[in-house]
Amino acid sequence: MSNTKYILGSFADPDEMMEGIDKLQANNISIYDCFTPMPIHGIEAKLGVKPSRLPIAAFIFGAIGTCLGFSLIYFTMSYDWPMNIGGKPSMPLPNFVPITFEVTILLCALGMVATFFYRNHLFPGRAPRVMDMRASDDRFILAVDASENANHELIDSLLKEAGAVEVKYNERKYVSYE
Amino acid sequence: MSSHNESILREPLITGKDITYAKITDDILLPVENKPNKAWWIGFTLASLGAMLWVVSVGYTFWTGIGAWGLNKTVGWAWDITDFVWWVGIGHAGTLISAVLLIFRQNWRNSINRSAEAMTIFAVICAATYVVAHMGRPWLAYWIFPLPNQFGSLWVNFNSPLVWDAFAISTYFTVSLVFWYCGLLPDIASVRDRASGLKRRIYSVLSFGWNGSVKTWQRFEIVSLILAGISTPLVLSVHTIVSMDFATSVIPGWHTTIFPPYFVAGAIFSGFAMVQTLLLILRKVMNFENYITMFHIESMNKIIMVTGSIVGVAYLTELFIAWYSGSEYEMYAFENRIAGPYAWAYWCMMTCNVISPQLFWFKKIRTSIPISWILSIVVNIGMWFERFVIIVTSLHRDYLPSSWAMFTPTWVEVGIFVGSIGLFFTLFLLFLRFLPGIAIAEVKLLLKSSSLQHKTKLAQEGVFPAEQVEHFANSLEKYDSVSKEDINALTQK
Repeated sequence: MSNTKYILGSFADPDEMMEGIDKLQANNISIYDCFTPMPIHGIEAKLGVKPSRLPIAAFIFGAIGTCLGFSLIYFTMSYDWPMNIGGKPSMPLPNFVPITFEVTILLCALGMVATFFYRNHLFPGRAPRVMDMRASDDRFILAVDASENANHELIDSLLKEAGAVEVKYNERKYVSYE
Repeated sequence: MSSHNESILREPLITGKDITYAKITDDILLPVENKPNKAWWIGFTLASLGAMLWVVSVGYTFWTGIGAWGLNKTVGWAWDITDFVWWVGIGHAGTLISAVLLIFRQNWRNSINRSAEAMTIFAVICAATYVVAHMGRPWLAYWIFPLPNQFGSLWVNFNSPLVWDAFAISTYFTVSLVFWYCGLLPDIASVRDRASGLKRRIYSVLSFGWNGSVKTWQRFEIVSLILAGISTPLVLSVHTIVSMDFATSVIPGWHTTIFPPYFVAGAIFSGFAMVQTLLLILRKVMNFENYITMFHIESMNKIIMVTGSIVGVAYLTELFIAWYSGSEYEMYAFENRIAGPYAWAYWCMMTCNVISPQLFWFKKIRTSIPISWILSIVVNIGMWFERFVIIVTSLHRDYLPSSWAMFTPTWVEVGIFVGSIGLFFTLFLLFLRFLPGIAIAEVKLLLKSSSLQHKTKLAQEGVFPAEQVEHFANSLEKYDSVSKEDINALTQK
């Protein structure tokens, strides 16, 4: 028992897992994380996870895109080599709209997704940090740090009371390492 | 909360009995985790033969130049641009399903968005090949981008819609690919955690180390929402810009302000028809009837009907404006379409695009799988003819009658077109073999709110008024995946 690093409550139903969170929190037991096969709406508020700031990143990248897109066309068409095309002005702003817009969208999308991957440490080839192999299939996993919360019997009974199908005592943090 | 009691008046999005989270994973991963069946192999053989025809035809074009095509001095754009616009248009439905329906919180998109987005990506790949092929010297394709070059500091002309198009299509492809792949990450992780050996290693690399923690899912949902938000104007801009390839020219029949909305509606129209063509077969062959239900089919048919009507109104508006403009060139362009040498193409387009979608007003037709499938193909034939009519009939009568000409395709153009369909299906079948064809995580979201079994359970508990349950039971009759017993079960205690 003393080698246990994490206690995992394995739930078959997301609502029961939410109940498990309530029960643990009512007993002042801190929750490490939850691993679920689908997004659970409302879980962030329960666990006190702050709202994501990705929209800000997306906006900044989009704004950079607008500036870059416009500067590119301005530099090439109006500054570096202004051409006389049928006597029209060398800075026809309406014609600059489509590409400025496309570059805005492109930078916004790529920048935001890159930020998402960076913050969540997602990249091709990263060893998956998985605590329970069924968390991507049909189990909703509630993980509790065993060293921070000493009363293991209480955690066990609370999880089972909430409807956990199984309570696991993992001696390794991640089971996915070969 | 993952479950809330959705009104029983809404039709179920998942049918079938004893559906659990595990069963959803099993059902959807069945084609990925097992050897493909005979139907897949037959389809793949035919498709790859088509793809080989594509390689031969495109190779021949690159080797000999565009002289291999049936183009002449008067008709400089024909099958190539027709096919390009056709494929780009088809691609648009995927983005519409994944982005616009997400913003409007239409949950029925959850089970069809993955395959529709895959369709988008493969359709844009097919479309892009025409642009490159039409350049004649594809090894100089990079000239369209504003790169500093050794020929002097001359830049591309940013006033040209063709340059806008290069930016629009490449942005569209990149953003669609990113959107699709982000959505795939949790599902690839599902495959990874169930696989072993080399397969696990490959899917592990592809899954980017996804683990489904709270923060990952939170950011995932934000990313999906913002990507949907920016993809919506993007998809509108792409086909608007495609239409400007024509509308900013001075050719009668092209030089019209109605083109952008008309092209966008047409794109959605043909795209949904292609989704319908693919999904009706997919659900049968892959046994996805419980996830892609009659409600999905009917909803898509309704969208085909609406966008088909918009396209019909646009055709009539074009005719009216041609007359109202008083411009004899404009009037002649449309007279020539209706009664000129290519009138057969015009009337083919009119029948397929204006009349056939109106059949969907009948519920019997809208909920019949064979008729829906045939009509979806009719619509795609019609939309191909629309682009052919716009491009060829406007060009073949030049300002100078001595330049008037007709256009006949050569085997190379036909080969590229038929071959591109083969290429498209090859890519699509490979996708179905190696990646989950339905977004597993998103379908799981629906299990405890919109599935038939959940609604049946609540109805049996007496949560809903009896007349609402009756309405629900009546709406189930059109479902091919719901049996009589399932309907009777609603009223049992």
